[in-house]
Formats: sequence, C-alpha cells, structure tokens
Amino acid sequence: MAKIWVYGDPTPGSTGYKTTLELLTMARELGGELEAVVLGPGATEAAATFGEYGATKVFASDDAAYHDVIASAAAHALATLAAEHAPNVVLFPMTYEARDVASRLSAKTGSALMSNATGVPSVDSAQTAILGGAQIVDVSFEGPDPKIVLIRPKSAEASPSGGTAEVVPVTIDLAGVAGAKVTARHEKEAEGIQLEDAPVVLSGGRGLQDPSNFSLLDDLAAAIGNTAVGATRAVVDAGWVPYAMQVGQTGKTVKPKVYVAIGISGATQHIVGMKSSDRIIAINKDPDAPIFSLADLGIVGDALKIVPQLTEEVKARKG
Amino acid sequence: MNVLVCVKQIPDPNNPYELVDGRIKRTGGTNVLDPGDEFGVEAALQLTESGGGEVTVLSMGPDHAMEAIRRALSMGAHKGILVTDPQLEGADGLATARVLAAAIKRESYDLVIAGVESTDGSTGTVPGTVAELLGLPQATFAKELDVKDGTLHVQRQTEKGYDDVECALPALVTVTAGVNEPRYPTFKGIMQAKSKPVEQLTVADLGLSADDVRATQSIAKIEPAPARGAGEKFEDDGTGAAKIAEFLKEAKVI
Repeated sequence: MAKIWVYGDPTPGSTGYKTTLELLTMARELGGELEAVVLGPGATEAAATFGEYGATKVFASDDAAYHDVIASAAAHALATLAAEHAPNVVLFPMTYEARDVASRLSAKTGSALMSNATGVPSVDSAQTAILGGAQIVDVSFEGPDPKIVLIRPKSAEASPSGGTAEVVPVTIDLAGVAGAKVTARHEKEAEGIQLEDAPVVLSGGRGLQDPSNFSLLDDLAAAIGNTAVGATRAVVDAGWVPYAMQVGQTGKTVKPKVYVAIGISGATQHIVGMKSSDRIIAINKDPDAPIFSLADLGIVGDALKIVPQLTEEVKARKG
Repeated sequence: MNVLVCVKQIPDPNNPYELVDGRIKRTGGTNVLDPGDEFGVEAALQLTESGGGEVTVLSMGPDHAMEAIRRALSMGAHKGILVTDPQLEGADGLATARVLAAAIKRESYDLVIAGVESTDGSTGTVPGTVAELLGLPQATFAKELDVKDGTLHVQRQTEKGYDDVECALPALVTVTAGVNEPRYPTFKGIMQAKSKPVEQLTVADLGLSADDVRATQSIAKIEPAPARGAGEKFEDDGTGAAKIAEFLKEAKVI
C-alpha cells in the first residue's frame, strides 16, 4: 500500500497551514496510508487538525530550531524520518519556507523534486500548468522514493474527513546541522481583510503610472467593501507597495469572486496567481494587453479616469 | 572574498511561446541572461568592489549559454565556467544541482549567489539542492545582503515583512529582484569581456556519471486546460465605469 506524507505548516492562519489542509484533502483521493510531518512551534496542536483532514499519523516536533533555522534542520529531520519509514511521496505546500526544505531534501534522498504542481493523480505523477495556465502538463517520476512534490496554494478545496491522528513525537539530534539563523522578525499584521480571503480583489500594475495612484484603488475598495488591494511583481520590485501585496507566481495566489486587474498587462508571472478567480475584469489602455484574453469583462481605457468614476458608480448603486 | 554566481540563459521572456505537436517551440527569438540573475551578478560585484576578491560566473546549458556568461563578464565579473554536454539536455532540477555543485567544488569561494527562481522555469529549488550538496547554509529571498567579519547578514523577504538572518561563510544566498539595480555593461566592459577566461567543462570533466545526471521526471502528456468562456471587451466611451459597476452588481459583490 502506498504511503503518502504531507509536510505540514504548524502556524494556523498562514498560507502554508491552509495549503496543508488542501493537500491532505487532495492526498485522501490517492488511497493508501496518509501521514503528516510537522516541525516547529505549534506542531503538536496542529496535528489534531491535520488528523481531522485525513492524516492517520503525525510526526511532530515543537522545537523552535525548525522555525529559526532556514531549511537545514527540517530537511535533516525529514530525511532521517523518510529513511526509517519509507514514504513513496512527500507533498509540500508551495511556500518559501517549505520550498527551501524540499530543495535540500531532494539532495539527501537523491529523488525527483517537482515544483509548481497543481495536483497529484498518483504517487508517481503530478500535474502542473504552463503558458499562464493554458496547458495542463502531466509529469511522470522515476528513480528512488520518496518523490517530492511542491503544490501551489488553492489547488484544491480543503474539506475535513473527520478522524484523529496518532501523534508520534520527533526527537532528532540537530547539533551537527549548520544553517542560517533568523535573529529577528519584522512583521506587520495586515489591516483589514486578507488578500487571500477577500471576495473582491483590486490589483494595480505599472499602468497606474505612479505609486500615489494606489490611493484610487484604496478608495474603490472602501466603496465596494470586503475588498483587498493587491499588486504586480513589477510595482513591488519598484518599491511602490510592500511585497505582502504581491499576487503572482511569486507572491500570493488568490481565488476571489471578482478580480479586477487595473493597469496590468497580464504577464504569465502575474496570471498564475489569479487565473482561477471566478470572474475577472481588466482595465488597460492597451487593447492588445494579454490580460484581456483572460478577462470576462475588459475595458480599454485610462484606469486613472475609470477607477474614480467606478467608485462613484459603486456608491450610487449601494445607495 | 571570492564570490561565485550561478546564472542561466533563457529564452527572452518577452517572446511568445508556441505549442507545436505537444512540444514548446520558441518562435525564433533571442536568448538572454535571465533578468533575475543580473541581480545576483550585481550583488557579487558590489561585494567584491568593497571587500576585494573575484567574481566567477557559472552556468550549465547549451553552448550558446556562453553569451549569458559574456554578458555577466561585461558587467564586471572576472571569469566564467560553462558546463555544456549533450547528456544534459532536458536535465531536471536534481541533475542541474549536481552539475553545479560539482563545478563549484573545484573552485575556492566564500559565497555562492543565485537568483530566487529562474524566469522561465520558476521552480526555485536548484539553489537549495546545491547548498545541501555542498554542505552550505542557505539564506534565501534576500532583499538586502552584506558581509561583515566573515558573517553573511541578510534581510529575508517574508509574507508579513522581513526577517534578519545570519550565517557564517561559506554560504549560499538567493537574491530577489528588489535587492539592487543591476548595472548596464559599458562599452569598455563589453570589449574586456571578450578576453576574460571562460572554462568549458563536460559531465565527465566533473567526475559525474550518466546515472548522476539522468532525468527523474518526464512529460507524459500536455493538453489544453478547460478554457474560460470568451469575455467581452469595450472601448471606454465614458460608460466603462458603469459597465463594471453593473458587472459587480450581477456578481453580487455590491
């Protein structure tokens, strides 16, 4: 019988944690023994929830070293556990932290590592999308186990199956493991609705011309309500808005009811993060912008004029 | 301080791809040094300009990947290494990492720099695998980096802000696109690059076997994704905003 592992993120509310629940849901379809490995503060508590989503066993350690050391400690522990328990495949949520761990694990196990997957039809294969999501690719794996698959957030809907997991404490000596250490964390809790949870997302790109024009999106978001504001990688790299607002290949994946792409050309890197939105609206001066081929409603025009007009139209309709 | 930068030549990201008989075909465009790697080269140059030492640029690719190495050399890197071998065609992440690690092992270095992920593949895993193969700590997603007294200091981008990260050298760091502003090669730099040394190596030169670089993944099938229904597009004649508002109302979000 196949043994499937999910590398779980222990931090509730994080993208990694939510994606862990999606991966467990996905992995249940494969049949076989489904287990999880969770490393870092909160692991034992998270194990209970992961059990409700299908893990029959959870290897857990709350050791802060797994959170404070970049990748090396977790990869060492995972490799040690994998050598002992021989899973066929390990599924990772595709977050930065998990990707670093998966990369190092592949060196230790000498096994196939696939990134950007959107599904696992079997323990020897995975699916991904290319060309901005236009084509689905089935990839087969060869070579030693465990296969290692990084799966993008929001590739499946999470649903609990009920059930409890046996928690197996993990105590692995990390003394000889050299790694980069986090010495301080600078975190800003986002105010208002989270980008990944908002039913409406307005995103701004270079077509906004100037960072100050993001205030137009803020006004519109306030008028609509329950709306978050995102951005493309281009404007984040240019320093207009913080990385926390980035939607795309790197950055957040969102799946809102309505996604409004404002002054965004529609590069593949961006589309990957929003193409599964229920409905897509695009506003762009360039009638040939690739975003229009994805949009349910496209308006060719000046975003700097249209957005304030839209704010008034929304207010009028809300009464 | 000697710095080694891993770079990759990719099809120009501004060029459209085409799917012909289930294979990706590029429609006769140019190849470029991955824009993400320019940040790595710039970071290396800044470190050696202030602290002394040399920048070596390493790439694995077909023989025309030499152009990407020359580009890095014309920015100011001192020497290059190109690993090129027919056995490496279609190499996956693990094979690539093994090749890069084997080449790096032959050099003397204090720091290895790579981009966070390639612009064409976006897998983002090769640097981590290289780090593990070399036994190096890794500091990834650096939006700022500095070396002081043999210690690497990095500001690492996170979902909620950034972390301060430290590790002893030698180490591996991956840099984001926000880390610096890559310089344009000068005419003088381009001329000088022509005579800078570039070593060309094969899989055998690195002491690797065919087994070490054998692919562990293959494409079984490519098929079109279920298409979204065609949308509507309008020139704004002053009624664009109203159309959008109606759409939002129909979608029940206002």
